[in-house]
Amino acid sequence: MAAPVFKNPVIRWIDHRLPIFSYLHHEAYEYPTPKNLNYWWNFGSLAGFMLIVMIVTGIILAMQYTPHVDHAFNSVERIMRDVNWGWLLRYLHMNGASMFFIVVYIHIFRGLYFGSYKAPRELLWQLGVLIYLLMMATAFMGYVLPWGQMSFWGATVITNLFSAVPVIGDDIVTLLWGGFSVDNPTLNRMFALHFLLPFVILAVVIVHIMALHRFGSSNPLGIDTKGPQDTIPFHPYYTVKDTFGLGIFMMFYAFWVFWAPNALGDPVNYELANPLSTPEHIVPEWYYLPFYAILRSIPDKLLGVVAMFASILILFVLPWLDRSPVRAGTFRPVFKWFFWILVFDCVILMFCGKYPPEAYWMPFSFEIVDADTFTARVAEVRGIAHDQALNDVGEMWGVNAASGDFGIKIVRLGQLGTLYYFAYFLIVLPLLSIFETPRQVPLSISKPVLGGGKNVAHATAKPMEKA
Amino acid sequence: MSKRRIVLAVVTAVAGLAAVGIVAANPVHHAEVHTQSWSFNGFFGSFDQEQLKRGHVIYKDVCAGCHSMSLLAYRDLQDIGYTEDEVKAFAAEVQVEDGPNDAGEMFERPGRPSDRFKAPFPNEQAARAGNNGALPPDLSLMAKARAGAGFLGHDGADYLFSLMTMYKDPPAGVTIPEGMYYNEAFKGHQIAMPPPLSDSEEAPLDQQAQDIAAFLTWAAEGNLEERHRTGIKAILFLVIFTLLAYATKRKVWANVH
Repeated sequence: MAAPVFKNPVIRWIDHRLPIFSYLHHEAYEYPTPKNLNYWWNFGSLAGFMLIVMIVTGIILAMQYTPHVDHAFNSVERIMRDVNWGWLLRYLHMNGASMFFIVVYIHIFRGLYFGSYKAPRELLWQLGVLIYLLMMATAFMGYVLPWGQMSFWGATVITNLFSAVPVIGDDIVTLLWGGFSVDNPTLNRMFALHFLLPFVILAVVIVHIMALHRFGSSNPLGIDTKGPQDTIPFHPYYTVKDTFGLGIFMMFYAFWVFWAPNALGDPVNYELANPLSTPEHIVPEWYYLPFYAILRSIPDKLLGVVAMFASILILFVLPWLDRSPVRAGTFRPVFKWFFWILVFDCVILMFCGKYPPEAYWMPFSFEIVDADTFTARVAEVRGIAHDQALNDVGEMWGVNAASGDFGIKIVRLGQLGTLYYFAYFLIVLPLLSIFETPRQVPLSISKPVLGGGKNVAHATAKPMEKA
Repeated sequence: MSKRRIVLAVVTAVAGLAAVGIVAANPVHHAEVHTQSWSFNGFFGSFDQEQLKRGHVIYKDVCAGCHSMSLLAYRDLQDIGYTEDEVKAFAAEVQVEDGPNDAGEMFERPGRPSDRFKAPFPNEQAARAGNNGALPPDLSLMAKARAGAGFLGHDGADYLFSLMTMYKDPPAGVTIPEGMYYNEAFKGHQIAMPPPLSDSEEAPLDQQAQDIAAFLTWAAEGNLEERHRTGIKAILFLVIFTLLAYATKRKVWANVH
């Protein structure tokens, strides 16, 4: 890997003194990448793209925004109405947060399925979890800035979580608020930190990429690259492949921005914050919903907060919970099932976070009804008095298939979901490491299997498996 | 791609979209909303200027007696097809407090196009005092603040239409306090606003309700048409960009085995 000879004398002059061009050539051009990466590997660069989009639109928005409780809401509306292309910047930023999370969630689940967290990439994985934590903090603070009803009440609920910390809890909350309630000082510190944290994320992303380039990307087979026959240079192969993926992704992004810019947000946030009037349901943005469900599924406040944070922190130790030597889920027949149940479980948890805990989900009619309506239906179906039904409903987990009044209380569903979430990491993965018999793993990327079988035929029949 | 992988990708996509659907749907609520067909819905949706003008008249004659619309300026009305002179005339209909002048005194002057819509009450207390203790909310963003049940987010108009048209006599067993009204579209069904619209010689209630809902949608989302136009251009660009990127990708990868 000799340093490249640059034709341009200016570049040559600079590179001799500051080898930044050699560095870029090495890390972004000839950087050897497994040749069998599929499109799930596109989402890392998409996340990087979204970070840049958020920083650029965010800085321009900050030029027009006023972080003051009396002016914040109207300054956002001024951006929407009077600033040239202000509506576009704001909708790009607002929906950009959702897009960033969609991309990052796919990136994380890709890592979970293909075992990207396993040795020697544990630190790479942990840096990723750190980025994710920072993103959650940043997005939360950004949501406070428009100072709508949900901004205010979301900030109140989330900051209040810290009061669950024993002994110093109340002091932490006072510090977060900069006073004794969510008010102007709170908004000011949220703005300062919302501006700062993206650059911290950028720094951690750079370290994340440094860690990535130490051993290179993992790949769908989950085996190490054995030599130059297994790799191709990053440019032009993956730059062009990622560009294609970026085009598809931007169409998806554009759909939300131009045709459904408010569909992912809560309408109540178009009302000015009012400390005297609590919204009917305080619901976080969709990307927090699974964690909100975990928080609510535990009756004790402190334990709920602990469970919520633990659900993310557990990812830090994941490389040591899953001891299976096989990385890719493709070759783990049992793991695969549990993985897809986990994906499903997270969707269920998201669902539980969205709806009031005391509501009932009736999966067969695909309805969510409040406790009163559900009780009335139970009474009707069973032909019993309302009070009797109220009693039954209060006791049951909501399931009574015999009478047809099948329904499950949202909080119960959330508890089941929470149980599976933790069981996946703490019980399923460690046990699978011992009891699962993985399928035969190919010897190398170029030579997919070591002896016969359909994979060989497959490889020869379709030599250009590149889609 | 093998068949299995395609199936897996489709299943994943469907699960993802279902998740998004959950998010876009509204939490449990007790209000009934009637869906209407709106000219501003859809990929090419745009406002019907005549409808907006009719809605503006309703706003001026009916709503503005109690509801402010503080985020709009008279100049914005040019967007719905009024001429500059007409807008000046609208603005001049109200007296606006300005000042202080050189003598240090506040004074009244006729409104200008750059003024914001004049609020009917000087402050919240006055508004409550004039309305039986209830506060008529500002209408600038009402169409967006009451959306939520539909996918494309324009359903605030459906809600406003329903609110205008679903005043009913309370069902047996439900008593409504003095000064309150029964409305099936309103959360809790009990609303302090008297029925603002009714069938008239010029237009039936349904049409008036559609007109005001469309006007309020424009007020909340005046950039909607520009947004749709820009979106179409963006998508056209992205389709070509993506096709070129795909062709390039095929070519570059052709020799990778």
